[in-house]
Order: sequence, then C-alpha cells, then structure tokens
Amino acid sequence: MFEFIQKYGLFYLLGGWPETELGGFAGTLVLAGVGVGVSFPLAIVIGFARTSKNPAFFIPASVWVYMLRGIPLLMILFWAYFLIPELTGRAMTPFATAMAAIIIYESAFMAEIVRAGILGLPKGQTEAARSIGLGYWQAMRYVVLPQALVNMIPSFVNQFVSTVKATSIVYIIGVSELTFVAQQVNAIEVTNPVRTFIVLAFFYFIPCWGLSVLSRKIERDIGARRKAANAPGKEIRI
Amino acid sequence: MTDTARNTMVEIRDLEKYYSSFKVLDGISGSVKKGEVIVICGPSGSGKSTMIRTINRLEEIDGGQIVVDGRDIHDRNYDINQLRSKIGFVFQQFNLFPHLSARDNVTLSPLKVAGMPAREASELAEHLLQKVGLSDKLDAMPASLSGGQQQRVAIARALAQNAPLMLFDEPTSALDPEMVGEVLTVIQQLAEEGQTMMIVTHEMGFAGKVADRIWFMDRGRILTQSPPGEFFNNPEHPRVQKFLSDMLR
Repeated sequence: MFEFIQKYGLFYLLGGWPETELGGFAGTLVLAGVGVGVSFPLAIVIGFARTSKNPAFFIPASVWVYMLRGIPLLMILFWAYFLIPELTGRAMTPFATAMAAIIIYESAFMAEIVRAGILGLPKGQTEAARSIGLGYWQAMRYVVLPQALVNMIPSFVNQFVSTVKATSIVYIIGVSELTFVAQQVNAIEVTNPVRTFIVLAFFYFIPCWGLSVLSRKIERDIGARRKAANAPGKEIRI
Repeated sequence: MTDTARNTMVEIRDLEKYYSSFKVLDGISGSVKKGEVIVICGPSGSGKSTMIRTINRLEEIDGGQIVVDGRDIHDRNYDINQLRSKIGFVFQQFNLFPHLSARDNVTLSPLKVAGMPAREASELAEHLLQKVGLSDKLDAMPASLSGGQQQRVAIARALAQNAPLMLFDEPTSALDPEMVGEVLTVIQQLAEEGQTMMIVTHEMGFAGKVADRIWFMDRGRILTQSPPGEFFNNPEHPRVQKFLSDMLR
C-alpha cells in the first residue's frame, strides 16, 4: 500500500500536472469550488426572484429551478457536451464543458438555499426594516441578507460537499478529475483494482467528512446564537 | 386646509379590511389630533393590531381612507417609504436587528433614509439611547439585552426617525412582568413631551395615566371613544363594562 501511494499519490492529487492540465483531487476541488463559487451570485439573483411576488421574476426562476432539480447532472453534462459546440460553433474543452454544466446545475440548488434563507428569517425583520423607511432593496441589503447569509453557511458547506462528490460524473466526458485519474491508475496497474478504488474513496471521504463535521458545528453555533437572541422574549399574546 | 385639518395627525374614515371572507375591520372611523395620545384597547381578536398596522401600510385595506399629516396614505403619488419614515412603529416582539449593535439599530434609518452624516447619526443614537436609559448599552448586541432593554432600544430606533407620529403595537405584551414598568415609563415620558401617539395595550393602569382618549374596539369596530375618566368610572356601553370587570377580576 505504502509503495502504491508513493508511486501514485501525486497523480491522485494533481493528475498529469504540470505536463497536462491540473487534474486529480485538485481538479475535483477546482470543479466544485468554482462551480459553487460562480453559481453563488447567480443563486442570489434566482433565489430573490423565487421569493418575488412579481410573476415576471417568479415564474422563470421557478421553471429554471424545477427543471434543473428534476434532471440528473449527467444529462446536463451531455447536453452541454453536445449542445454548446452546436450553438457556438466552437469546440469546448471537456473541462470547460464540465464547469459550465456544474455551474448551471448548482445555480438551481444554491438558489433554493438562498430562498430558504430569506424566507427563514422572522417576518418581523422585514416589517421593522420597512417601518423605519427603508425601501425593499435597502431592507434586503442592510437587514435581511446579512442575517440570511450567515444562516445559509451550513447549507452552502453541505452543497459544496455534495458537489465534490457529484463532480465524479464528469470523468465520463474525459475531464481528468479524481475519478478519471483513478481509472487511469487502474488501467496502468491492471491488478488489484480494490486497492486503487479504496484510495479513491478515501480521497473523497476525508474532505467530505471533515466538511460535514464543520458544517454541523457551524449550525450548532448559529443555533446557540439564535437561542440567545430569542431568550428574553416571552410567549406571544395577541 | 381648515384649522381642524391642520391640527389633525391621523384621520381614519370607514376603514374596512377582510381576511378572506372574515371582516377584521368593519367601518373604523376616528381622528387623532396633533399632540394627542390615543390608547386602543379591547378584547383579543377585536382588530386592534390590524388597525394600527394599516396606518403605516404594514396591512393593506379593502375600503375606506386613512389620512396622515394631511396626506392620503394610499395616494398613488405618495412614496410608501416616505410615509413610513414619518411614522415610528414599535412592535410587540421588538424586532431589533440582531446583527447590529444598539447604536447601529438606531442609526440605520437616519443614515440610509434621512441621509444624515455618520457622526451626527451616531450622536443622535447616543442621545436617544440615553433618553431611554441605556447610555451604558450603546454597543451591546440585542442578544445580550433583556426584553425590556430591547424594547427600549426599539423605541429609540423609532424615535430616530424624528417622526411626527408614533405607533405602539402592544409594546409590553411580550415582556416579563418586572420589565413592563421600565418600558411604560419611557412611553409616558414621550407623552409628557407632547409626542403624538397611538398605543395598543392591555395595561389598563397605564392607559388611564397617559391617554387623552381611549378607543375601545370589539369585532372590528370602535365601540366607544372616551376620555379615561369616563371610560373607567362610568362606561355606558355594556361591552365596555363587561371588558373592564373581566380585566379587574
């Protein structure tokens, strides 16, 4: 095992880099990190549209979200792989194609996190913000978003974890991320595939497990803070 | 403008509101003069909170008219944020912004709505927090304050709008009994300074002290509008008599 790690450890970590493009575990992290990072601002816009009373915003945003949540990432990947060259008339690298598919896919899930974060705040916060004369966007910017974003952190971390795992599917179009690299190792070694794929599993498991623990901790901290914030009030009488 | 109109802060005419088919407000009419303190009381579910929330348009109405400081608040040309900046509103649940310190809660409206310079806004916040007895809590976060303290910050936040009209929606109903007094004292002080106020409350002793007139509501209507002496000592309406005997039991 030690010998195996010594021989392929760097390959698992970085793929063929620097001879070829960055891949392996680092490639996976880039796919997931950029995917979640770029879809975040999109998700803010779509998430706001999802909470809007105006059908011109609400309907397209809802169609986008439900459509993307209702189909597998693999299908979006194929669509991107075949459709983008068709539309643009230019071939895209597998990596760029995978990136585009992940960003589109994640924007729907992240948007639902944003929507839940906005709607999850007590109604009294918006009412108080509007009552002191702030406009809708001012209320969002100074009162709702600063609180909602903090509450969203655990969900974002969870989404990142599931994205890290979901990226494994893009090996199918030849992006040299972690799973693709393991396939290559398997092809070189020929024997003992169990070892090859156990190492692969650990590369996914360790960061995902670590982040899950982190997200639970953040969630507890936020819960404790919220509890402290609500403690002084008594039961509500109407 | 006639003299009466000029001296009137709020004029409500034939206000109606439905929650689906249930009529919460059933033809409310009444007026509040400048400098007057109106206490609104009545049994639970009588529409008191809904009524007071229509005045800064937290609730929309289905019929009637509300005029605040000489302007119809539902006038299409009247910017809703401008209307609200002229009305201070204090909630039952305080609704402080938990991510902002006491000072920043108070300065938000002066900074972002009135466009006051930061330094001036901060001085205003210090002055107002001192006024509500919290000069030692300027930089405290809401979570570290007691309910009574939070509500006093909320009052300071509303006062920072320098609004000609203040509305209170059951300001002490969510408080532990020992904290009710500190909040009522602050409101009473405002009354003595001549602030025009409308206060929904169940605190009858307080109502007797601060009110110029008491509106008694039941089932979406105002049954009586009377000075506190008359309200408490010889109420004519049997519903008021029953309410008071239930309260005093």
